[in-house]
Amino acid sequence: MADHALNAHENSEAASTKLFGFWIYIMSDCILFASLFATYAVLHHSYAGGPTGKEIFDLSGVLMETLFLLVSSFTYGLAILAMHSRKKTQVIMWLVVTFALGAAFVGSELREFAGLIAAGHGPGQSAFLSAFFTLVGTHGLHVSTGLLWMAVLVYRLFRSGLTENNATRLMLLSLFWHFLDIVWIGVFTIVYLMGAMP
Amino acid sequence: MSSERTAGASHGSIKTYLIGFSLAIVLTIIPFVLVMTGALPKTATLVIILIFAASQIMVHLVYFLHLNTSSEQHWNLLAAVYTLIILVILVGASIWIMYHLNANMMIDTKTIVP
Repeated sequence: MADHALNAHENSEAASTKLFGFWIYIMSDCILFASLFATYAVLHHSYAGGPTGKEIFDLSGVLMETLFLLVSSFTYGLAILAMHSRKKTQVIMWLVVTFALGAAFVGSELREFAGLIAAGHGPGQSAFLSAFFTLVGTHGLHVSTGLLWMAVLVYRLFRSGLTENNATRLMLLSLFWHFLDIVWIGVFTIVYLMGAMP
Repeated sequence: MSSERTAGASHGSIKTYLIGFSLAIVLTIIPFVLVMTGALPKTATLVIILIFAASQIMVHLVYFLHLNTSSEQHWNLLAAVYTLIILVILVGASIWIMYHLNANMMIDTKTIVP
C-alpha cells in the first residue's frame, strides 16, 4: 500500500519534470519564432517589384483559419477536462474534434500557399514573400507535427486507455497546442492584419 | 491525485475555459473587423490591434496554459520572463539595426513602399 503511494508520488514527480522540460523546449521554440518574426519585420517592405501584402492577403480566409485554431484550442481544453474526470471516450472524442479543426486549418493554409504559388507569387519572388512563407510555413509545419502527435495519442488511448503515461502525453501536447495558437495571434496580427492595412 | 501535477499545466474548469474562449473570440473578431472595414484612422487601428493581440496572448497564457504566480509555477514563469527578455532584444534590436542600416545606405523607404 505504502509502496503503491510512493510509486504514484514518483510518477507524478516524473510527469512534473517532463512538463517542465517540455516547457523549456517551448520557450526555445519561442525564440525560433521570434527570429522568424524579426526577419519578417526587417524584410516586409522588400517587395522587389512583386505584390504587396495588401494585394495578396485574403482576410476573410485568415479569419476562418484563426477561428479553426481558436476553437481547436478550446476543444483540446475540453479533452483535458475529460481526462481529469477519467472519461476516456470523451477524451478521444474531443481529440478527434480538435484534430479535424487543426486539419481544416492546415488545409486552408495549404490552399492559400498553392494559390499564391500558382499565381507566380512563390517564396522566390521577393524577400517579403520568402520571409512570409518561412514564418507562416514554419508555424504550419508545427501544427502538422501536432496533428501527427495527436493521431498517435488517440491510437495509444484506444490501446491502453488513460494510463499515467498517456495522461502526461496529453498534458504535453496540450502545452504545445495552446502555444501554437499563441504564435498564431502574432502571425495574424503582424503579418496579415498589419500587412493588409491601407 | 492529478492535481499535484501542476508544473507546466495546472488544470482549469469548464468555466475558466469558457471565459478564456469568449474573451479570445472577442479579441480576435474586433481587430479583423476594424482592418476589413477600415472604420478607424490607420494609427488608431494599428494601436488597437497591437493592444488586442497582447491582451489575447495574456488571455491564452492565463486561461488556456494556466500560467500564474503560484509557487509551483515559479520556474515556468521565470523561464517565460527570461524568454520574453530575449525575444524583445532579438526582435527590437533587429528592427532597430536594420532600420538604421537602411537609412545610412540612403535607401528611401518611401519610394519602396507603394
